[in-house]
Amino acid sequence: MIKRVTFRNPWLPYALLLPQLAVTLIFFIWPAVQALYQSLLVEDAFGLSTEFVWFENFEELFADPLYLDTFWNTVVFSFSVAFASMSLALLLAVMADRTIKGATAYKTLLIWPYAVAPAVAGVLWFFMFNPVVGINAYLLRGLGYDWNHYLDGGDAMILVVIAASWKQISYNFLFFLAGLQAIPRSLIEAAAIDGAGPFKRFWTIIFPLLSPTTFFLLVVNVVYAFFDTFGIIHATTEGGPAGATQILVYKVFSDGFIGLDLGGSAAQSVVLMVIVISLTVVQFRYIERRVEY
Amino acid sequence: MVENRPYLTVLSHLVVILGIIITVMPIWITFVASTHPIEHIMDGTIPMWPGDKFFENYATVLGAGVADAGGIPVGTMLFNSLVMALSITIGKIAISLIAAYAIVYFDFPFRMACFWLIFITLMLPVEVRILPTFAVVANLGLLNSYVGLSLPLIASATATFLFRQFFLTVPEELAEAARIDGAGPWKFFKDILLPLSRTNIAALFVILFIYGWNQYLWPLLVTTDESFYTIVMGIQRMTQAAESLPLWHLVMATTMLAMLPPVIVVVVMQKLFVKGLVETEK
Repeated sequence: MIKRVTFRNPWLPYALLLPQLAVTLIFFIWPAVQALYQSLLVEDAFGLSTEFVWFENFEELFADPLYLDTFWNTVVFSFSVAFASMSLALLLAVMADRTIKGATAYKTLLIWPYAVAPAVAGVLWFFMFNPVVGINAYLLRGLGYDWNHYLDGGDAMILVVIAASWKQISYNFLFFLAGLQAIPRSLIEAAAIDGAGPFKRFWTIIFPLLSPTTFFLLVVNVVYAFFDTFGIIHATTEGGPAGATQILVYKVFSDGFIGLDLGGSAAQSVVLMVIVISLTVVQFRYIERRVEY
Repeated sequence: MVENRPYLTVLSHLVVILGIIITVMPIWITFVASTHPIEHIMDGTIPMWPGDKFFENYATVLGAGVADAGGIPVGTMLFNSLVMALSITIGKIAISLIAAYAIVYFDFPFRMACFWLIFITLMLPVEVRILPTFAVVANLGLLNSYVGLSLPLIASATATFLFRQFFLTVPEELAEAARIDGAGPWKFFKDILLPLSRTNIAALFVILFIYGWNQYLWPLLVTTDESFYTIVMGIQRMTQAAESLPLWHLVMATTMLAMLPPVIVVVVMQKLFVKGLVETEK
């Protein structure tokens, strides 16, 4: 796509593109190529010798039960976050859409958690669930449940899922509300005249018409849970206890940066790259189709 | 409303209000904890109402930092965060504007190749190339510097796309008229395109400021010198310390301070924020 009327200048367009391209090449493309290359190497811990090993790093990776656990954790974590934050956001959006008075005020009061950094969201809930000083842990003790995310892997996972979902509800709420407001009133009125109650109207008319928004949000939420939640894990559980909340992005960081396993970490980076690229392709293919809905 | 069902309307309001209460609860608890002396938090009775140490706690973290946690004043961290967030925001907007201008208004060899190169960055978040990017920055001697904190993050496919989409909607006649009147490419950009893009720039500013302020992994990698810590990553050091030393009141005060700037931006510029959010996802 280009304008019909264009300017002609032999060097100006390149000069205009230079800053963007320079940053892209130096800090994006070059490191990515390096990661691809390093994933085929084995380096000893002191960096004295390297050996080209083809796909050995990948074979090791997928034979490692720890890595497979991490993969499974990531899947459980992502889909729990997507499901929890989307269903709550949909409930709130449907209810807020029903209330003509106050909808704008409700919107303001619900969207701000988007601005809270994932790491900060993690710390908020980490404090509330702290077994010694946290109010939620205290309430749960009152109910007879001994909450301790330092020892219990399940508790730790629930903690990070809650923190990650809490932050994402506002985003989903905004998009669901916009989707709901775009549904033609006449359809809903026609159903009401035919005697369909609010529940039936929601499941047979509103929910199906929202499906483009729902699908779009599903992809966005999975991407968010895969890549943007590093801060939540790192600031709270640090992947523990015993790796119960270790997700892929966290493992790349800890293996490469703390464990200094360059080849292994690079191989993990490549796996992640493949995941991002597939998710991006899904997202873009879908967005092109969205026009037809 | 389609029909009059008073009970359902009341229920709707109740559900939304309940949702808001649950959403705000963590902030309230945090705020309350940040206004109490540490003894009140540690003695097992969790306070639900603000205490009297508001000024004392906030003055401590802002001015002196949490010395026991090996920290630096939170004031310094706030300043670092502000510098990083603004550099990323302004840098991204500036280089994306001119790149999109080149792609839409000029015809030159390798135009589409440049476009795809920028597009690829969308698929390479920092998280998937942690170590090699760190190595590049280290080799350039940019560790522990503001340039190192912001420069590697300012390439932006999303912003370039947004401006490209917007430029494509600008009527052809404007460029034609400008050309006939003898305006060169620079004059056209400065006097016509930039003023037209004002709302888009503002909307993007809000989104990118939040993005920049909330960076976590990158500052964690490139700063080892405490005087370059940003507040969002600085909190993590404090929580780890709070596990052994009872510092929760100070950690919570810092958390409040870390949240405040981006939340204020969103609430005050709500319209622009929503616009930016919807447009960057297109």
